[in-house]
Amino acid sequence: MNHPEEDRAIDRRQFLKRSVKAGIAIAGASLFGYALYDPTGPVSSEDRVPGLVQLPSFSPSEDGQRMAIVTGADRVASINLAFKALGGIETFVKQGDRVLIKVNAAFASPAFLCATTNPELLAEVGRLCFKAGASSVIVTDNPINNPESCFALSGLGEAVRSIGASLMLPRDAFFKPTTVSGGTLIKNWPVLYTPFEGVDKLIGIAPVKDHHRSGASMSMKNWYGLIGGRRNIFHQNINDFIKELGLMVRPTLVVLDGTMTMMTNGPTGGSLSDLKATNTMIVSTDQVAADAFGVTLLGKTALDLPYLQKAEAAGVGTAYYESLHPIRVQTG
Amino acid sequence: MRIVTVRRISQTFFLLLFVWLCIVSSFGMEWWQLRGWPVNWFLQLDPLVALGTMLTTGTLYGGLLWALVTIILTILLGRFFCGWVCPFGALHHLVGFLGKWGKSASYKVAINQYHRHHSIKYDVLLFLLAAAAGTLLAESIRIAFNNSLIHWILIAATVCLAALAVAKSFSKGKRAASICLVLIGVWAVLGFFFGAGQMLGASLQTGLLDPIPLVHRSVNLALLSLADANPQKLSSSQRYYEGAWVIGAIFLGAILLNLKRPRFYCRFLCPLGALLGLLGRFSLWKITKKTDDCRHCKLCEANCEGGCEPAAAIRTNECVLCMNCLQECKHDFITFGALPSSSGEIASPELSRREVMTTLLSGVALLPMLNLSGSTVRNYNPAVIRPPGALAEADFLRRCLKCGQCMRICPTNIIQPAGMEAGVEGLWTPILNFRIGTSGCQLNCVACSFVCPTAAIRPLSLDEKRGRNDFAARGPLRIGTAFVDTGRCLPWAMDKPCIVCQENCPVSPKAIFVREFFSTIRGGVLEVRKADALTVEFRNAALPPDQLATGDYYLRRIEAGERERKLIVGNTASLATVRPDQPFSPPPGPSARLEIQVRLQRPQVDVKRCIGCGICEHECPVSGMRAVRVTAENESRSRNHSLLL
Repeated sequence: MNHPEEDRAIDRRQFLKRSVKAGIAIAGASLFGYALYDPTGPVSSEDRVPGLVQLPSFSPSEDGQRMAIVTGADRVASINLAFKALGGIETFVKQGDRVLIKVNAAFASPAFLCATTNPELLAEVGRLCFKAGASSVIVTDNPINNPESCFALSGLGEAVRSIGASLMLPRDAFFKPTTVSGGTLIKNWPVLYTPFEGVDKLIGIAPVKDHHRSGASMSMKNWYGLIGGRRNIFHQNINDFIKELGLMVRPTLVVLDGTMTMMTNGPTGGSLSDLKATNTMIVSTDQVAADAFGVTLLGKTALDLPYLQKAEAAGVGTAYYESLHPIRVQTG
Repeated sequence: MRIVTVRRISQTFFLLLFVWLCIVSSFGMEWWQLRGWPVNWFLQLDPLVALGTMLTTGTLYGGLLWALVTIILTILLGRFFCGWVCPFGALHHLVGFLGKWGKSASYKVAINQYHRHHSIKYDVLLFLLAAAAGTLLAESIRIAFNNSLIHWILIAATVCLAALAVAKSFSKGKRAASICLVLIGVWAVLGFFFGAGQMLGASLQTGLLDPIPLVHRSVNLALLSLADANPQKLSSSQRYYEGAWVIGAIFLGAILLNLKRPRFYCRFLCPLGALLGLLGRFSLWKITKKTDDCRHCKLCEANCEGGCEPAAAIRTNECVLCMNCLQECKHDFITFGALPSSSGEIASPELSRREVMTTLLSGVALLPMLNLSGSTVRNYNPAVIRPPGALAEADFLRRCLKCGQCMRICPTNIIQPAGMEAGVEGLWTPILNFRIGTSGCQLNCVACSFVCPTAAIRPLSLDEKRGRNDFAARGPLRIGTAFVDTGRCLPWAMDKPCIVCQENCPVSPKAIFVREFFSTIRGGVLEVRKADALTVEFRNAALPPDQLATGDYYLRRIEAGERERKLIVGNTASLATVRPDQPFSPPPGPSARLEIQVRLQRPQVDVKRCIGCGICEHECPVSGMRAVRVTAENESRSRNHSLLL
């Protein structure tokens, strides 16, 4: 300690430096505390308003709803004929369009049991879209059974690969909350949204099946597979729910496959004896009309399905399908 | 007055204040019970509570702002909280003092030396904070990877700075830089692999070892409940807490360790001490040695509470400001001042790079691994019924300190510390047990939501809980749903009238309603020997005398004729008398067959009205596994648990 005064000066300088540091630390902590201060606490999850999404409408035009009904046992021939009758698929799919196809892949069961969309039919529709100039075809569904198993066993996955389309299996991050305007059930509820991003056209392809709770599973009920969350609670009010599905999804067109109809034990089926050859293919821009006709293949009428009346009243479409003057043709 | 005396007064004052605040959390009508005292004040002063919840939620709730007082004072003075305020510290101090009573000075000096394992508490702190930082991490990854390059760079820079700050707290120079680099690398890799995935998340586990929640939990659940039993009761009834012995044993263990080494918990384990040590390492004033001229007699270390070695280069981050060294130094060489100690200072904890990295990474990895159980999503445990106002499970676990305040304040003693029901991360969080307490969740009580220091149970108004006025559209808050177990229920399974559950259902209109059912009793089909209008004598009957006259039993003819049921008003082994105003006309002839039926009211739950309060479960006379039980289905806090449209 030769220079005590110098030492003290150094100490003083050090103390000042430390004071500045402490001051900065205190100011930082206080600012942080002030910025994050929350005097009221969190709100209930019911009060939290998330960013809601809306599915866009793909409905071509309100006045020109069209429908074709083809009789025939060969799905590929039938679907070609149906589009031909409606002026070609080019009427609906334009050059460069990105097309989303919602299939019914609900169950991990083989194609011949007809519990799922027929893979050959899917492949043919996809091929026609590409032929019309579609830049991409995306196939999706959020099935009831395990998604990978469903697409693998139903042959739908292979069909997607064979035509060079892309398959979007549902992932948690793909679901966004939506609220259906005019609805009371689908409120702030997760919907399979990501596959819809950037899409220009939407096609639904569904088989005609017996369904115990709702009477029938066809085009409109097929949209159930776009819903996420604990969606099985909607069975408590299935008719209003299917109506809201119709309000939520406005497709470019629907393909309703009644080549083989599942008459009993639906919607899972499981036996060839559940099936009946009804040799009908329906293509319609009006999903209500398609289902109103489709239900006749099950030996029922539109009045047996309350959701058809409800959907009609809500303006989704018409259950009086004859008003669309459907074009009826028969395969050779 | 000597500074050590002042410190002792301060410690005594805060310890007594703490106990007092615990006592006044007792439910009752006495002047010292529940009278609006700031019972969370110690928890609010605790910067680890504030920092933990800030990391997990990005907010600083209500009274937690008090932590700023502690933080500011610690930046200026060092770990004063440990030596002067902390009630747990005071207990350790006292027991440690008793432990070394009468021992030689050399023994005392030896046990109060710094030990390299003092650094364990920094590992504990780092681990707990890393586990709490998961959401923040996930969020930063999400923003960075979902946005433009500029965002990415900004976020990366922030992460760099934060990592550098963390690293610098523990070591210097090159080591800090490399820790920082590795952290950023890990962050980038996490982002690449997890992206916006849901596995990365935060869990607030600081309350397990943070001394203030720990001592609150121990006193609330294990100690005060013992006092509840004495004649000068604290509570109006004995309080029970499932598994309280574990909490008590840990508390006692922590206290007894002081006999091995004074302030064992504070020196080796306490994450709050570690945090305050880091905050106070550059404190403006501190214990310093005025001159290096000392003889190194080490007497100053004989009663050193922190084990911070004031005789040598003092470890400022270990010093708890007990001031004993000031008193022990016979030469008055030691003082509390602004100048650096003449024999040098060590401000940083001694942690290796490897240690810091492993601890941080395992902390971050903790929650993704716990999440694999799926217990906050599809695989949730329906037995976990949270108090009304509890946030959705993942949010709840981001806030709950496991301090036990709600469990102490609950008037019916139904809020219990969870064992493994809610997963490892839910240990000692509040769950409801309707058997252990004195009733179910009281309709007009929101005490737990008001006491919760972190709003894990958010403050509820009675209107919101009951679904009145502004909340009428939403309806009452539901914490679960009651289910009738028809295999155990008396009227359903045993032909015994009961409906205690229906009577006690507090909801209006009642959520439990009954359906009338007449059941022919066992051996209840009998042949008539002779009969008049009011009395029937049976052949070969052995009826329990008078036991059919309870008002629940009826006689009815099986074959043709009058089928109306007649209420039995008296019976012997072979005779039954019916109500005088319900005579048989005509009386059944000999050999006619009659059946004895019991009128049952079978309870059913109206799911739309049930709020899950558990009063039915509590009152159910099937005392073991109740015949009506509440599980978490349809609780308001989670959309995914809803039962009805």
